[in-house]
Amino acid sequence: MDQRKCECGHTNPVGTLLCESCGKPLVIQISEQTAFPDMRYEGMARRSQTYTKKMVDRVWNYFSSVKIAIGIIIVILIASAVGTVFPQQQYIPVPVPTEADVARFYTNTYGTLGTIYYQLGFHNLYSSWWFVTLLVMLGTSLVICSLDRVVPLYKALKKPRLNQHKSFLKGQKLFAEGELAQGTDQAELLAGSAETLRKKGYRIFQTDRALMAEKGRFSRWGPYVNHIGLILFLVGVLARSIPGFFLDEYVWVREGETVAIPNTPYYIKNLQYTTEYWSEDEMPVKLELNGGVIAKNYQTDAILYENKNADLPGAKPDLVEIKNGPIIVNHPMVHESLYLYQSGMQEMQLGALNFNLIDLKNGSKEVGKIKVDLYNPAQEQVVADGIKVKVLDYFPDFIMGKDGKPATKTNLPKNPMVAIEVLDEKGKLSEKMVYLQGSILTQKSDPTYGIEIKMPDLIDISGINVRMDKAVPLIYFGSFIFMIGVAMGFFWQHRRIWVQIQDGTIMMAAHTNKNWFGLRREVDGLVEQMKLPVTIEEKSKA
Amino acid sequence: MQLIQLSDWLLDIAFLLYVISSIVFVVSMTGKNWAGRDPKQHEKRFGTIAYRLAVIGFIAQTGYVIARWIGGGHSPTSNMFEFMAFLDYCIILAYLIIYRIYKLNVIGAFVLPLGVIMLAYSYVFPKEVTPLIPSLQSYWLHIHVTTAALGEGILAVGFAAGLMYLIRTVPQQVSTKSTKWLEVVLAVVLMLVGFILMESTFARMDQKTVFEMNQPQPNVFGQMEKVKAEYTMPALVAPADSTIIQAGPMSPLFTAPSWMEGKDAARKLNTMLWSVITGVILYGGLRLIFRKRLGAVIQPSVDGIEPDLLDEISYRAISIGYPVFTLGALIFAMIWAQEAWGRFWGWDPKEVWALIVWLFYSAYLHLRLSRGWIGAKSAWMSVIGFVIILITLVVVNLVIAGLHSYAGV
Amino acid sequence: MNKSNRTYVRIAVLGLLLVALVFALYSSFVKDPQAVKVGSNAPNFSLEQLNGPEMALGDLKGKGVVLNFWGTWCEPCKEEMPALQAQYDKFKDKGLVVLGVNIGESPIAVEPFVKQFNVTFPIVLDRQSQITKLYRIGPIPTTFFISPEGEVKEIFIGQLNEAMIADKVSKILP
Repeated sequence: MDQRKCECGHTNPVGTLLCESCGKPLVIQISEQTAFPDMRYEGMARRSQTYTKKMVDRVWNYFSSVKIAIGIIIVILIASAVGTVFPQQQYIPVPVPTEADVARFYTNTYGTLGTIYYQLGFHNLYSSWWFVTLLVMLGTSLVICSLDRVVPLYKALKKPRLNQHKSFLKGQKLFAEGELAQGTDQAELLAGSAETLRKKGYRIFQTDRALMAEKGRFSRWGPYVNHIGLILFLVGVLARSIPGFFLDEYVWVREGETVAIPNTPYYIKNLQYTTEYWSEDEMPVKLELNGGVIAKNYQTDAILYENKNADLPGAKPDLVEIKNGPIIVNHPMVHESLYLYQSGMQEMQLGALNFNLIDLKNGSKEVGKIKVDLYNPAQEQVVADGIKVKVLDYFPDFIMGKDGKPATKTNLPKNPMVAIEVLDEKGKLSEKMVYLQGSILTQKSDPTYGIEIKMPDLIDISGINVRMDKAVPLIYFGSFIFMIGVAMGFFWQHRRIWVQIQDGTIMMAAHTNKNWFGLRREVDGLVEQMKLPVTIEEKSKA
Repeated sequence: MQLIQLSDWLLDIAFLLYVISSIVFVVSMTGKNWAGRDPKQHEKRFGTIAYRLAVIGFIAQTGYVIARWIGGGHSPTSNMFEFMAFLDYCIILAYLIIYRIYKLNVIGAFVLPLGVIMLAYSYVFPKEVTPLIPSLQSYWLHIHVTTAALGEGILAVGFAAGLMYLIRTVPQQVSTKSTKWLEVVLAVVLMLVGFILMESTFARMDQKTVFEMNQPQPNVFGQMEKVKAEYTMPALVAPADSTIIQAGPMSPLFTAPSWMEGKDAARKLNTMLWSVITGVILYGGLRLIFRKRLGAVIQPSVDGIEPDLLDEISYRAISIGYPVFTLGALIFAMIWAQEAWGRFWGWDPKEVWALIVWLFYSAYLHLRLSRGWIGAKSAWMSVIGFVIILITLVVVNLVIAGLHSYAGV
Repeated sequence: MNKSNRTYVRIAVLGLLLVALVFALYSSFVKDPQAVKVGSNAPNFSLEQLNGPEMALGDLKGKGVVLNFWGTWCEPCKEEMPALQAQYDKFKDKGLVVLGVNIGESPIAVEPFVKQFNVTFPIVLDRQSQITKLYRIGPIPTTFFISPEGEVKEIFIGQLNEAMIADKVSKILP
């Protein structure tokens, strides 16, 4: 029972709607009613619909259904929309270090709805197991739907439908029929028609009394080509999870500092950071900015190094310069598959404190300069001949501790407190003083040395985002194939025109998958030019 | 700068021409049954005039695009005003393309008013040319935004044809689900009109309501400042945690929820509420005047058109617009995102909504091509699709804050 | 294609897609495959000691290691310091090393602190927070208990007391 015989003698696989050879509808009910099978798959048997006994076949059939595919698309669509109702966790505008903070954020800002949103896991919707499963299901459906249809379609289109059964022609949306006048030269009529159509760019298939003209068959492959593109795209997305394919790191680099980029053998040095603003004469029109400014450029001049001693993290690096240049928004620094993006900045941060050491007993004469690097304070510095300054204590972000002793809130120099000792070897003097919040406290009531606060060194800190994504070429390639596929499918049409002569009657039929008006115009043109004695009937499908 | 001035004039001229063209189109369709006229000839004559007016308007708008591009130093797609005006330009362009294929100018009777609404909508936003901030300084700004707008413009023509199909075919003798939903769609269009009316009326009056936020926020220079929110429309909604420092024509009825981010959120909500209210009033007024459904009012003017042709045009526009939209709004967007941020996709709300539009039209195409959804079902889908695009453009831009939000109303 | 061939092709295609599903789910669950987890090998590193030469974790093979990440600004770190020191004194002859990793501070800030608490176990300085990132340290103190073979036996986030340390140390002594 695997095959079905048509009256023309051809045997077709089970499930075939239109005989592969003569085009006659095979199911009796169909051929007697007006409903003619859809021409989408040329009436071929789709494999999936014929065997349903095994488990494998059932799963296969499930994913082979376009109805299911559309269902998956709609579910993904709705889920995606739900994910934009409140921000995803990654877009929360305030810092949320722990899971409890995340939960609190949704409850406090969005009330009960926010709590529900959080509890349902919608704050991480796009990476949730069920959303990922939906995407894979879509991929599965893409693969199986395509495989299941492209093979029979290929078989059908490989063999042009020439000399078809009358019911096939009659079933087409565009059909015409007419009696030929006595003594018409049938061969000449067909040859003339063939010539007219050939001029319009058709490929002609012909027998002595039948003709089939075809154009743009390749557009039928469009859907399959674009589905292949999508599958490649999804494979690319999946490939990003392969270890070593994807990297996303963020480093803050101070001007003058060289830091390691985590999980890579690279180091980056920030030579200089600059922000530029548009000047008024650069603006095309005068703007009411109320004293505001518009940024023109964020740029870090950087050097990228490779550490030849990267096997042991933390060990003294052996750096080799690889690249030197600017990192600008929209213009990352690129090294092989590594991309460095200008992505944040903290300008005018305290870098070092500057003081003048003065001799109070000697008319406040300047003795020398003291610099306290807030990121790496020197234990001891020689200020003048025989005079040294020692840093005794350093709290980068001063706070009074619970025990009444000074402490630090963070390890960043936001509010530095420095205790120093001035050692004068000649005068055998030792005086201690403390700098805090722009003022100096001295230990002695009548000190010899005093300190004058000078302008501190201010530095900029660049936030550099370092990324690597080796799957991107595949993702772009998939997108490219997809575009080729949709262009093939949507910008061209598969048109076929049949002309057949049978017992003194001429029959014409035409089919296209798109743009019936264009086809109609071509058929009208043919009828007019060849003066074919036919009346065209066009069925409405709407 | 003179070029900018010129571009403003050209856009005004284009706007005026589109308005006249819309009126002539309406005349061409409604006037065909006037006494003593040959309906076919009347329609043809006025249709041609309207079409020509649209073409001249399009040329003027092309002039605007070029002048503003040169004068501003970048493609006019960098803020909400420029984008909406450009989208309008694309809608008219798509109409002209579809006209070349089908030579059916009556589509313009729906597309041109849509164009007028879109252009009027753009006028509501601040018009000045601003220099580009660093994140927008990329040639992908031109490529991505123009292609996406072109795709959306073509899809808009698909919507116009779909809507025409529905008005042409939905039976108006009895009230059905279809007639009700059709009225909803028309009411939504009227809400857009209402928004434009309200905004342009109140902008000319000196009756602003100004609120000051109680919580100071850091400004560009890092100093703490109390931000002010200025309402042009009478205040229905006050921003959360704020005080009125300049009273307007009415006192706010309620306060916006505190999670609505940013100083402008409440003002946007206020604007939206007014648009809905005016839209409903406009709709109610029209119903009172005509004493029948608006669909029934419009139906006689489209009864000469072949429904199959409208169906085909709608589908054709979508099948051309879909690839262009995919290329512009998704693929080019991904390439730019990869170049600017190092990730081609980040589930940012605007990205997600572009994906939603794409998924929706994918479903449309599968339903049409594979499950035989043609005619009414397909037309409804084309209408819903455009509504989703509008949501992406209006609601997501104005309400959900994200990386893409342009400043503005 | 005959029937049984078709079944095999279908099984192969579906199998491949199932693998894709499992892989996708796995990678959405395991966000960071390189994170240091209980049972994984503690990644080796080398850092400068406070007032001493470089020191590598790998050199401590054969000893149980308590790897403690801390900073002077962190109150619980302060309170935990004496407990760590006491347990170090108790077990150092039995093959235990307590290794304190200071996060991103200068010797001048670290030294008074170490003196204040009479810390004698080795302190290394992670000046650029490189090792802190390698070990994916969030809140501190965070303490890793590493077996003589270099395997992470336990990770504890938060303040430890002497009893807890003693209990955990007993699992990593050689």
